[in-house]
Amino acid sequence: MDIEKRILEMLENDARLSAKTIATMLDADEKFVEDTIARLEREKTILGYRALVNWENTEWEGVTAMIEVKVSPEREVGFNSIAERIYRFPEVRSVYLMSGGFDLTVIVEGNSLKDVAHFVTHKLSPLDKVQSTVSHFILKRYKEDHVIFGENEEDKRLVVSP
Amino acid sequence: MNSMQKYVAETVQSLKPSGIRKFFDLVSQTEGVISLGVGEPDFVTPWHIREACLYSLENGYTMYTSNLGLPELREEISNYEKRAIGVEYSAQDQTLVTVGVSEAIDIALRALLEQGDEVLIPEPCYVSYAPGVLLAFGKPVALSCFEEDQYRLRPQELAAKITPRTKVLILAYPNNPTGAIMEKEDLEALTEIIIKNDLIVISDEIYAELSYNTTHCSIAALPGMYDRTIVMNGFSKAFAMTGWRIGYACGHPDLIGAMTKIHQYTIMCAPIMAQKAAIEALRHGETEMRKMVADYNYRRKLMYNGLNEIGLTCFEPQGAFYCFPSIKITGMSCEDFSEKLLFEEKVAVVPGNAFGESGEGHIRCCYAASVKNIEAALEKINAFVNRHC
Repeated sequence: MDIEKRILEMLENDARLSAKTIATMLDADEKFVEDTIARLEREKTILGYRALVNWENTEWEGVTAMIEVKVSPEREVGFNSIAERIYRFPEVRSVYLMSGGFDLTVIVEGNSLKDVAHFVTHKLSPLDKVQSTVSHFILKRYKEDHVIFGENEEDKRLVVSP
Repeated sequence: MNSMQKYVAETVQSLKPSGIRKFFDLVSQTEGVISLGVGEPDFVTPWHIREACLYSLENGYTMYTSNLGLPELREEISNYEKRAIGVEYSAQDQTLVTVGVSEAIDIALRALLEQGDEVLIPEPCYVSYAPGVLLAFGKPVALSCFEEDQYRLRPQELAAKITPRTKVLILAYPNNPTGAIMEKEDLEALTEIIIKNDLIVISDEIYAELSYNTTHCSIAALPGMYDRTIVMNGFSKAFAMTGWRIGYACGHPDLIGAMTKIHQYTIMCAPIMAQKAAIEALRHGETEMRKMVADYNYRRKLMYNGLNEIGLTCFEPQGAFYCFPSIKITGMSCEDFSEKLLFEEKVAVVPGNAFGESGEGHIRCCYAASVKNIEAALEKINAFVNRHC
């Protein structure tokens, strides 16, 4: 389990590491690392490999909103059924069940404010079990998944030192 | 401008400029270099430590401290050394906070040496021991360590170089530049000779936390060695705090007292902001420090394996963050190799002879670099070696 956890940590940090590099760093057999990764993919522990993009550096001017949603849970399925109805919309990037003053956090992306507003008013709010929504638009991303946006990662050390 | 050289003291005039300095100038003039020539962590000081320093500044901690250092810091250092090496030092009169281990070495040598006293220095080693001895009017005597011994100091070599003037032995393990360590048995093999010849040991343990397959053993913990060892350590490597210039020395009250005399007249005290940061590092820094060490360990294997695959053979380094491979297969001198590698492939390494003559035939490659840069550098070194062999 320890080596599996370390493989996962390494890939979570840099998905482009090769099995060979990982094997060398962990003192493990390359084939073993390849097989482990394949199994983790099969078991859906590894769900995908993606780039973390800073869209602010591109010409895309889309918007992202974090929406607090209050819903009525249903007998037997609790919040799962309504969560499913929400997360199937392609506009929805993430959905989390929350403790506290509301039930679901829904992260929605759109090309414009109008797009997101349209989604909330026409698709999300009218859903049967949705009681209320509060939309917060994201103004600036400072950090995501441990990565600080726009941080100067230049090596500030002297090039040679004793 | 007229030459003013004649006013410079002879001792200083005769000091050789560091080989690293020369190479630094060369590298600095080259654009787009991947550097494996760095002697410090590639991590920035953990944020909670930097934040503790900011907080102390906000609260007006901008004054002198006691010469020995803040009592809370000395208390933390004393607790830490007890945990780390199993040796107890009083925070009152056996612990001195210094401006990096560099200052601790300087004032220890000045406190111990009479003119002409000999200091034994196992080589290859960090660049400042021999000049430090010369500036204290002592005589540095190199002890040769060999690749086949994984650069550990052997008792025969120690015994062979002792004369009636020998007073001090410097031990610097885990070692820069070789990555060598001294395990308990290696140290035990030396203690009889040290005690019989009444030597003082300066043990520079700055890389102690960066020990990979074993825990660091300090010679101070061995029988008969407590009184005659000055343990030096600091925050630069373990906590990625090189620029803070903060370290310490622990030892017998008479020796620490003598060092404190020099420290109080020349330095007064280590900067308070660095001392405040160091308190935070020792109180709450262990988790992040362990993470950094685990990360060096991964990259250690990458570098060690990569160099051996290329044919630049090296033993598996057990400490610090350097590999010290042999470049014999290329037939080049280490300076030649390093310069050509820089010009042809834009990869900077440090020629081994910068760390003493016994470093000839080797280069120092630091793996405190990103995985991406290590892999890119190894690829370029491989191309270079293939071209020249």
